[in-house]
Amino acid sequence: MSERRIRILLAKPGLDGHDRGAKVLARCFRDAGFEVIYTGCHQTPEQIAAAALQEDVDVVGLSCLSGAHKYLFPQVAKLLKDEGAEDIVVIGGGIIPEQDMDALYEAGLKAIFTPGATLDSLVEWINKNITPRA
Amino acid sequence: MFTEELLNQASSLRQKWEDEVKKTIAKRADQKEKWTTVSDLEIKRIYGPEDIKDMDFERDIAYPGQFPYLRGNQATGYRGKYWTFRMFAGMGTAVETNNRWHYLLKTGQTGLSTAFDFPTLMGYDTDSPKAKGECGKCGVAIDTIDDFRDLIKGVPLDKITTSMTINPPATALWAMYCASAQEQGIPLTKIGGTIQNDMLKEFIAQKTFMCPPEPSVKLISDTVEFGTKYVPKWNTISISGYHIREAGATAVQELAFTLRDGMEYVEDAIRRKGLHVDEFAPRLSFFFNSHIDFFEEIAKLRAARRIWAKAMRDRYDSKDPRSWWMRFHTQTAGCSLTAQQPYNNVVRTATQALAAVLGGTQSLHTNSLDEVLCLPSDHAVQIALRTQQIIAEETGAANTIDPLAGSYFVEALTNEMEEKAWEYIHKIDEMGGMIAAIDKGFPQLEISDAAYKFQQQIDAQEKVMIGVNKYVEADEQVDIPFLEIDDAVENEQLARLAAVKRKRDGRRVAETLKDLENACRRGDNVMPYCIEAVKSYATVQEICDVYREVFGEYRDPGIY
Repeated sequence: MSERRIRILLAKPGLDGHDRGAKVLARCFRDAGFEVIYTGCHQTPEQIAAAALQEDVDVVGLSCLSGAHKYLFPQVAKLLKDEGAEDIVVIGGGIIPEQDMDALYEAGLKAIFTPGATLDSLVEWINKNITPRA
Repeated sequence: MFTEELLNQASSLRQKWEDEVKKTIAKRADQKEKWTTVSDLEIKRIYGPEDIKDMDFERDIAYPGQFPYLRGNQATGYRGKYWTFRMFAGMGTAVETNNRWHYLLKTGQTGLSTAFDFPTLMGYDTDSPKAKGECGKCGVAIDTIDDFRDLIKGVPLDKITTSMTINPPATALWAMYCASAQEQGIPLTKIGGTIQNDMLKEFIAQKTFMCPPEPSVKLISDTVEFGTKYVPKWNTISISGYHIREAGATAVQELAFTLRDGMEYVEDAIRRKGLHVDEFAPRLSFFFNSHIDFFEEIAKLRAARRIWAKAMRDRYDSKDPRSWWMRFHTQTAGCSLTAQQPYNNVVRTATQALAAVLGGTQSLHTNSLDEVLCLPSDHAVQIALRTQQIIAEETGAANTIDPLAGSYFVEALTNEMEEKAWEYIHKIDEMGGMIAAIDKGFPQLEISDAAYKFQQQIDAQEKVMIGVNKYVEADEQVDIPFLEIDDAVENEQLARLAAVKRKRDGRRVAETLKDLENACRRGDNVMPYCIEAVKSYATVQEICDVYREVFGEYRDPGIY
């Protein structure tokens, strides 16, 4: 049996449609050899958590550019935790002000990427911090 | 365009120059092999008469106010009137946005432009579970006509034109505007403004959608028909390339997809409504991005006017020159701004604004330096507006019309943009039109390709963004005033909405919504029913729920 690849769910919670970053990342992660599931815009935290469980992913990457991350990101982390899926790593990106970071980390997010982060740096982070579950 | 003699002379001089180039390169190589625009279009070292020798002055260039309108629609250019200084503004509640509007009018702005928050843009009310956390964040929250009245308080609707960036619920918001004007005793024939109301680019790029493409275009044709008959000074569609570009498209893609979208709307209004093209086409307006590549943008805007004039005259047999005019608003490129060293954004915006002016825009929004980080602060907005005023009144850029006409480079680049745009347009024609192309994911994938390629080029430092991948300040602390929308806004708006819902006549609301639903099912124009519904205090979501119920909901296919 071949080694299981890292599975990533990329999702855009909330109502904003700025999906350029999420889609660029979807391609980048695919090219990096990860299995990528992109669920498109306008997902509720509930839909995202359900998809993450159903797809049995290792990581959930959330992208939000509307300013609603303060509610949406922690909500996804909480729903996963409620389902006993704390082992799914939640990361986020977008227009995230410095002063919001601590609250997001406290809510369970493991990394936050903001404009200027290179594609390589994201792939590197994933490879370093994620082990595909058996 | 040139005599044989001149071309011969140019050819021999060019040979000498090329020899000189070879010698110089042997001593000092060029800094890089390929010189390209931000859209990856290769640019030559020099342009000369040979690059535009096939142009015909009368056919391809001519004077302003003359076909093909390459040089502008108006014979007098900016001497008669500068472009409209129109800053996009909206945040928090209607009262807050109204304050910002009055501040802008006092600062010398000449037209208003509304940003709505995401729930409003998507046709949800503040009390919808889907709206949680979003209220007032990226624009103003409007749930009912009660909010709308506060939004336009003190704005003379018969004197100031207002643009509303609203798409799926455009009928509802426009109905609120019309109803408010009527309440103030201003006839609909006197009000002017724009609703963006361009759904095709939503499926392609901005992703603010509600119903599937077909019924979405039907609702747009309803507004075109209603405007043609009753609100003749209103621009019922602002066919937008801005978002297409922001999603990562190249300049050519922005140009081609936008114009092909425009053609789709023209064809639908003719086919579905039986209108003659010249009844409505003069009120179609456009909206472009002005990105960082100076000449590419100027060429794109010039090409846009020429393509549209040709398409209207030759493809749709339009006889009225006003239909041939492409009138457009421009916004500087948000995606070109950087969170790093944000004050550099002032320079980027100024360059882009100058390109828009040299490209002959009729209206302009200049981004504020902090917009990549947050909603713009008053001071940042003031600098952005002053940028336009400096260009208009200090630099001399507005002295003469289309000052770059006749430049070998600019004309050649304009031609190249046009040719490449027509290739895309014809390809989409062959697919069966823009709706069919969207169903296939064609424009979406073309843009994704371009966006991914650009990001790879940035990472590889093949393209430069100062402060991001070159001249980076290590451990930079961004220290600019930060405007944030207080979470209390959501509770305030929830209370407002609840109060309206308590006070209104519930039976009347249900009736007007039922009438709207029946009109939808019959295929009637929804506008008159929408106006009655908003007057009865039906909410934006209640109206949109009718559309979702009758026409179905579109879900993002998540194509990448």
